[in-house]
Amino acid sequence: MSKFGLITKGLLKENPTFVLVLGLCPTLATTTSAMNGLEMGLATMFVLILSNIVISLIAPVVPDKVHIPVYIVVIATFVTLLQLLMQAYVPDVYETLGLFIPLIVVNCIVLGRAEAFASKNSVGDSALDGIGIGIGFTLSLTVIGIVREILGSGSIFGWKFIAGDGVLAFVMAPGAFLVLGYLMVLFNKLAKR
Amino acid sequence: MAAKSNLTNMALSLTLVCLVCSALLGGIYALTAAPIEQAQQAKTNSSIARVLPAFDSVPELETIEVDGASYTYYRVPGSGYAVISKVVGFGGPLTLMVGIGEDGLVCNTVVLSHSETPGLGAKCQTDASFIDQFKGWDPAARRLAVTKDGGEVDAITASTITSRAYTAAVANAYNVYLKLSENE
Amino acid sequence: MEYLIIIISAIFVNNIVLAQFLGVCPFLGVSSKLTTATGMSGAVCFVITLATVVTYLINKFFLVPLGLTFLQTIAFILVIASLVQIVEIVLKKISPSLYQALGIFLPLITTNCAVLGVALNVVTKEFTFGDSAHMLNLGEATVYALATSLGYGLAMILFAGLREQLAMRDVPKSFKGLPIAFITVGIMAMAFLGFSGIV
Repeated sequence: MSKFGLITKGLLKENPTFVLVLGLCPTLATTTSAMNGLEMGLATMFVLILSNIVISLIAPVVPDKVHIPVYIVVIATFVTLLQLLMQAYVPDVYETLGLFIPLIVVNCIVLGRAEAFASKNSVGDSALDGIGIGIGFTLSLTVIGIVREILGSGSIFGWKFIAGDGVLAFVMAPGAFLVLGYLMVLFNKLAKR
Repeated sequence: MAAKSNLTNMALSLTLVCLVCSALLGGIYALTAAPIEQAQQAKTNSSIARVLPAFDSVPELETIEVDGASYTYYRVPGSGYAVISKVVGFGGPLTLMVGIGEDGLVCNTVVLSHSETPGLGAKCQTDASFIDQFKGWDPAARRLAVTKDGGEVDAITASTITSRAYTAAVANAYNVYLKLSENE
Repeated sequence: MEYLIIIISAIFVNNIVLAQFLGVCPFLGVSSKLTTATGMSGAVCFVITLATVVTYLINKFFLVPLGLTFLQTIAFILVIASLVQIVEIVLKKISPSLYQALGIFLPLITTNCAVLGVALNVVTKEFTFGDSAHMLNLGEATVYALATSLGYGLAMILFAGLREQLAMRDVPKSFKGLPIAFITVGIMAMAFLGFSGIV
């Protein structure tokens, strides 16, 4: 696959949310607004790129039977690193995303990419794969966030263009599932053309 | 691709990875400890600046017992008290910082942390018409309770429980103030 | 009384899947058949409760005294991963029939964020059962973990029942599979919203 293909495949062909359907918990929980979705996506991308790079470096020397625990330790290390950095420099964002930052450890996208791609490919390609999938994830979360924010609060990225309240259900739990479901329908419809 | 497993290299690689990772994290932790503390201090400072008219130096956090519950507060000389008041909201704990001037009037309130429903109770952070009614409130003259309970606080639409909790937090802070001014 | 509030709140009001969005991937992954959904629920119940107790103790007697709470994430995930392995080995030895029923789900549970999520919630968040906000003690944490995982099982089994019915219906092509599943969960979540405010 070309270098360009590695970066763009996350958008459509291997979109982590709509095609691979992975990492659903943060996708549903943190997309109450466009900004939150974007921040969560970027946080995941940070871990994804770094863990992909390190895992592609160490994969050849890690014994087969313990490769999963080793990968998990590597991923958990980067997640903790991210937690510390966020607490120090963007404490408000850290507070908003809350539990879902440490839960990046068990995001199946991260371990999935480590296992399926980084352990078999070169460092450069793995980094590009991390960027590509990361962009795909970030964009999906932002789109879901935008839809939920428009319907639920009548605003985009905090800019309010409809006075009064939106349909509250879209900010609450049911809206997350419904919006993801209908966006997936739309995605299927468009992608299959 | 991956190396063949035997007991020695499995144990060795796991130990090595754990050692390297914990050493790395220990180092980063030491590096970020100061910025994290600064960030928390900055948050406290900006909260105090919002709830009290003026403060110049960072006051010390102090503790007091009122009615069996323990409260923490900042004493800002010449300005008033910033009391941290925690109550049970709709979705979980609701923590406010309440500024009370030396004249005994509520100066302003700010939410420190909450777990209220987004779009409903969570409005207690943003709804200006709700928050601003506490500015300049004199708890000695006007009763701190929502209108449904016979007080004068207008609740956030469809979020009576959150509004009630918020009001109770302000009332608790006022009790702390009474106790503090008594002691002086 | 307080335990009752914890149980009702954890199962219905703050249902782990439908209100907190934890463990959604396995929730969708293994809910197409009622029997597998039941098996998975049992395994999750077991692991969440056990993992919460163990991580609670590790946090209280090891991480907090040593000032290492920033290592919570990494320590907890390692504990959970090894716990799952131990459970698998022990189960294989002492109860082969139970192992047959739960065995295939066990490896999947390590990456179920419900397990890590509950373990982290219990040691970092203040809860408001009863009339004051406080950190949970060991007894409360155990009951909370058990009730939460029962809520997971309840949601999963209900959903599996719906999905079995759904499989026989004629849904529009673009809705087939996961999209209609998501919309169904959305409606279920709406129903569960009706419980909010009862405790």
